[in-house]
Amino acid sequence: MPDGAEEFRKMQHALDVPCLKPGAMEGVQPFKAKPEHQEKVGMPGELIPDWKEKALEKMAELGEKNRAFKVYLDTCVKCGACTDKCHYFLGTGDPKNMPVARQDLLRSVYRRYFTFAGKYFPWLVGARDLTEDVLEEWYSYYHQCSECRRCSVFCPYGIDTAEITMAAREILDTVGVGQKYSNEIIGKVKEVGNNLGLNPKALRATLEDLEEDLEEDTGLAVRLPLDEKGADILLITPSADFFAEPHIDGLLGYAKVFHEAGVSWTISSYASEAANFGLFIGSYENMREISLRIRKAAEDLGVKRIVFGECGHAWRVAYSFLDTLAGPFDFLDQKYPIPQHILEFTWDEIQKGTLKFDKSKNDDIRLTYHDSCNVARASRMGDMPGGQFEIPRNVIKAVCNNYFDMDPDTIKESTLCCGGGGGLLTDDLMDLRIKGSSPRMTALQDVTEEHGVTHMAAICAICKTQFSKVMPKFGYEMDSVVSVHQLVSNAIILTGSNDGESAEEETSDE
Amino acid sequence: MLGVIYAILFYIATAIIVVGVAMRVRTYARTPAPLKIPTTPAPTTGWGVFWRMVREVLLFQSLYKSNKWIWLFGWMMHMSLWLILARHMRYFIFESYWWIDAVQFVGTYASFTFLFGLGGLLIRRFAVERIRYISSPSDVLMLLLLIGIGASGSLMRFVTHTDIVSVKAFMLGLSRFHVGHLPSDPVLLVHLALVITLMIIFPISKLMHAPGVFFSPSRNQIDNSRDKRHLAPWAAELEK
Repeated sequence: MPDGAEEFRKMQHALDVPCLKPGAMEGVQPFKAKPEHQEKVGMPGELIPDWKEKALEKMAELGEKNRAFKVYLDTCVKCGACTDKCHYFLGTGDPKNMPVARQDLLRSVYRRYFTFAGKYFPWLVGARDLTEDVLEEWYSYYHQCSECRRCSVFCPYGIDTAEITMAAREILDTVGVGQKYSNEIIGKVKEVGNNLGLNPKALRATLEDLEEDLEEDTGLAVRLPLDEKGADILLITPSADFFAEPHIDGLLGYAKVFHEAGVSWTISSYASEAANFGLFIGSYENMREISLRIRKAAEDLGVKRIVFGECGHAWRVAYSFLDTLAGPFDFLDQKYPIPQHILEFTWDEIQKGTLKFDKSKNDDIRLTYHDSCNVARASRMGDMPGGQFEIPRNVIKAVCNNYFDMDPDTIKESTLCCGGGGGLLTDDLMDLRIKGSSPRMTALQDVTEEHGVTHMAAICAICKTQFSKVMPKFGYEMDSVVSVHQLVSNAIILTGSNDGESAEEETSDE
Repeated sequence: MLGVIYAILFYIATAIIVVGVAMRVRTYARTPAPLKIPTTPAPTTGWGVFWRMVREVLLFQSLYKSNKWIWLFGWMMHMSLWLILARHMRYFIFESYWWIDAVQFVGTYASFTFLFGLGGLLIRRFAVERIRYISSPSDVLMLLLLIGIGASGSLMRFVTHTDIVSVKAFMLGLSRFHVGHLPSDPVLLVHLALVITLMIIFPISKLMHAPGVFFSPSRNQIDNSRDKRHLAPWAAELEK
């Protein structure tokens, strides 16, 4: 059945708490950024001589600029509520992967230099000096956090470890210790317009190929327009949608929905990326610069609306931060949410009755849905709180007959991270990614046993890539993860279509 | 002499807790939250946030979701503390109010639930491997301090009664800057000394979680980022 299944780590239960294994993940860390990567994010190329002063200066600055950082460092009472909530802790047993312990790696230094108790009674409150070893420890364990916010749901003060992780990464960047994966990618967005470094020509060729495929499948001119001025909608989607599986099938789904809804839309080659890794490294400035590209593209193309494709952290930055970073968007049509999620768009059209489906086209799969962390806990869809849970499920149920939720403690606001978010989707962290995904995979295995679930849908480019990599380790085919709009694409009945073979059959040969 | 020492300590402790907490709160209030980061699903209105906060502060909603044992011990301890504080009000004002009289009975027995909760939390600090790992000496000492306060107080209420009328006279005197006679009952002196200690360390310790929770952006922000532009002053500077 599965291609390369050498291991099937099934935990007893998805949320089983392991015994502590101190040091289990010590020293595990991703490749460090080279000077050329650092430069592109505006950071020093290597560890600067006065790193200690600069790190403490940055810490002080963050305390003045970010209330969350200040309040979260002060208010933790070490109650332990978060200790069993992190998927990396559940998967590795390393106590420093418990959210509070991860925060304490930085809090201990904050206390030493910025609090009365830590200055005069460090042993009493667990305060410690900032040394190069501490810096290394930070680099290691702050890259074992996917900034998924699961801990913040359960903290009585809402302390969000993601905020501390972002701050730590920014401090590290400031003294010249950056992460290659994230910083290199940010450089590519700034230079070329997307994470892949796909230039406009290559992008156009890719989209034209896909248009041909679509025409073959449907007999209709379903378009994937690029840089078309005067279009109504600008689609901002993760660049993985242009080439990776199963992402690309989702893109074809968006195109079919737009086609059937009869709206004019376009992709921008200048802002051909929804992802914003500025979030991962905690850099407001980088996040803003990347967001401003989207604004510029919208202005240049003269669109009326902005719609985002399926991507978790991108939707967080779009929904929660875009107006802050690149607003106000008074030049767009105020009748529509700014920005709008593709699932909000599709669900609206379904409710209007514009879209018709043949649900039996998805009868070969039995499905569950993975709530992506950033969508679940850091954004919303629709008008009501919790719309981010209901709308994707509504769309899935409109196009698919066999749907089953996973364990309620592992979905919606309690959803488990895929294990690859927050800038960790890099091969040099593969071991961590597999271990971090094991709680989610266990919950999936449970619904497979109980309901015969064969596939899991996701609405995040990182989740999709991560799952297609790790699922074979847990006894699933790599294409067991699907895009929600891939399901839409399979089932949608296009007006006037010759209804050829389904798009899925076409692409699964590749 | 004893009265003078305790009077001075009370004045110092009061100044420290009032000024200290006010300064911390001012810092929290003045520090901008540059981005909208409510943990969602979050309320979309101000009233919604108010109720979310009420549920957090009075019911410990998030803690309840997390761990029923910590919730049980923590919630018992905190709610008992409110009752005990309310009951103690009558020692600081001349004429008691009806609601202070009303809580006398429950407030008295709240000391048992207070100590029960604290005992549970203390046992967890040692018995649960994960919590033992994250505990510093100060975390244990804080519990011991509260247990000491609760135990000495209960002792005076149920075992060796102190001259409470004199104590009340002393406290009322302090509020008029008049230092009176304080009974030299050792249990009372220990009780008061521990309370003074608690007041002094309040603004420099994790006890700041009490005012801090109201400033937590993940809990107190409204989920309305698509409707209303949110911009920190320092971030506005970047746009110039």
